[in-house]
Amino acid sequence: MRDLELAFRQVWYINKAFVRNPAALFFTLIFPLMFLVIFTVIFGNGHIQVAPGTTVRVATFYVPAIAAFSVINACYTNIAISLSASRDLGALKRIHGSPLPVWAYMFARIAHAVAMAIVLVVVCAAFGALFYGATLPTSTLPAFALTLVVGAAVFSALGVAVTAVIPNADAAPAVVNGTILPLLFISNVFIPLENPSGWIDVVGKIFPVRHFADAMIGSFFQVSGSGLHANDLYVMLAWGIGGLLFGIRTFRWEPRT
Amino acid sequence: MAVDAVEVEDLRKSYGPVEALRGISFKVAEGEVVALLGPNGAGKTTTVEILEGFRRRDGGRVSVLGFDPASGDRGLKDQMGIVLQTTGVDPYLTVAETVDMFRGYYPRRRGRDEVIRLVGLEDKATTRVTRLSGGQKRRLDVAIALAGDPRVLFLDEPTTGFDPGAKRNAWDVIKGLAGLGKTIFLTSHSMDEVQFLADRVVIIAAGKIVAEGTPESLMGRQQADTMIRFRHAGTLPEAVRAQAHVDGDAVELVTKDPTQKLYELTSWAVQNGVTLEGLQVTRPSLEDVYLEITRKAETTGATA
Repeated sequence: MRDLELAFRQVWYINKAFVRNPAALFFTLIFPLMFLVIFTVIFGNGHIQVAPGTTVRVATFYVPAIAAFSVINACYTNIAISLSASRDLGALKRIHGSPLPVWAYMFARIAHAVAMAIVLVVVCAAFGALFYGATLPTSTLPAFALTLVVGAAVFSALGVAVTAVIPNADAAPAVVNGTILPLLFISNVFIPLENPSGWIDVVGKIFPVRHFADAMIGSFFQVSGSGLHANDLYVMLAWGIGGLLFGIRTFRWEPRT
Repeated sequence: MAVDAVEVEDLRKSYGPVEALRGISFKVAEGEVVALLGPNGAGKTTTVEILEGFRRRDGGRVSVLGFDPASGDRGLKDQMGIVLQTTGVDPYLTVAETVDMFRGYYPRRRGRDEVIRLVGLEDKATTRVTRLSGGQKRRLDVAIALAGDPRVLFLDEPTTGFDPGAKRNAWDVIKGLAGLGKTIFLTSHSMDEVQFLADRVVIIAAGKIVAEGTPESLMGRQQADTMIRFRHAGTLPEAVRAQAHVDGDAVELVTKDPTQKLYELTSWAVQNGVTLEGLQVTRPSLEDVYLEITRKAETTGATA
């Protein structure tokens, strides 16, 4: 009970440090919204079929697509970079020498990232409703919310896991962007894929980004049924569990020197 | 007899082919201040980080407050304060926030303001860590170590990089903690520090303990070697010349009995109207003792 309190208290401190760090604030909160505006302005006028029988303006497509990007950015990118920075600083080692349980610290990091992700998704949805009349899904809202939470958890686990291959904080942005940017381009996030050519389809479907984007976009635009893309969620969960196990085995509290 | 807060028996640790610790044993009684002294690379940090639970040992037995630190037991972490060799705290939190954050982790706590006052940072309580000087960050480290009102404190080179004033302050803080009955185990390569702070000194070189005792007893060991120095160009009395090392007009004389030797020397000088220029009598400082001991250990250590 006390430990749970400690975990939430830690979220509060993480947030305090987060809002005072201009770079973290910009890249986590402003960056995705910038992408949303830029992409909709440049590519927004075309049309795309997002579900059988549903064609929308590309500008509208970007609402759930950039919402997915926001989640990936707040969880995978943000966690990997900020954990590496704390590790290099010796802050992780310091915490590890204290009685704060490991799970409470990890929970706090992830809970904060997930909270940021939810805020961003709400902002994206509000943006879409305001400017493109992209109404929030009501019948598929549970599916959309579930997809969001699963995605946030999975990409958080992967963000923790990837720190194992990040040699130091300077290299963190390179490793993180090097792994995620190519996927964002071929996974129906930055560029809408109506009929992806063979290899892009195959490669994209190996990784969790495409499945997450498809599930978010699908549940956002689906007009009937629950909108749940269970198969996509299974693939994501497989990645998440793999990331979690890898992270538990390889996580380092001390600088890798 | 007090209970032992720290017990180390035949502790061994290797990094690849390098044996960092080659079977060391020592004890720290509850309430005692013990310093682990040695040159860089002697195994000090390895030892203290094994006691803190950060590193695994390859062999031997270790107990801190009855716990095996390798188990990562929370019961131990609750009662242990740590100052690592490098500061590691979030740069965006203030001093007061940082101390509060760490205080929250411990079942027993010292007051936030009290801890900050103890390390002399009360003017900086609302300053963000990023704007502290190196010495101030180090003091914040000590404040964090005290936040949980620990029974045992591990300090790894707590004053390295301090200016003399800051060093003196830190010493006073540590002395004060010892006065509160804390068990303190610190590493250092500064003799003054150890002489000022420690009840007992364990000297380590090349992964082995080479000497152990109170600072006084360690100096006493080498009392034999009092050095008499002066300059004199002419002849010397027979009793002096036999033992002296003469280099030009510089004369050095090492003696086990400085009272007798000085009497012979000065009475001869007075009788012959000789002035012994630059006459110096030096007892070895702890620094000399330490250098002597570690030098011996490093030259013979490879075969020990």
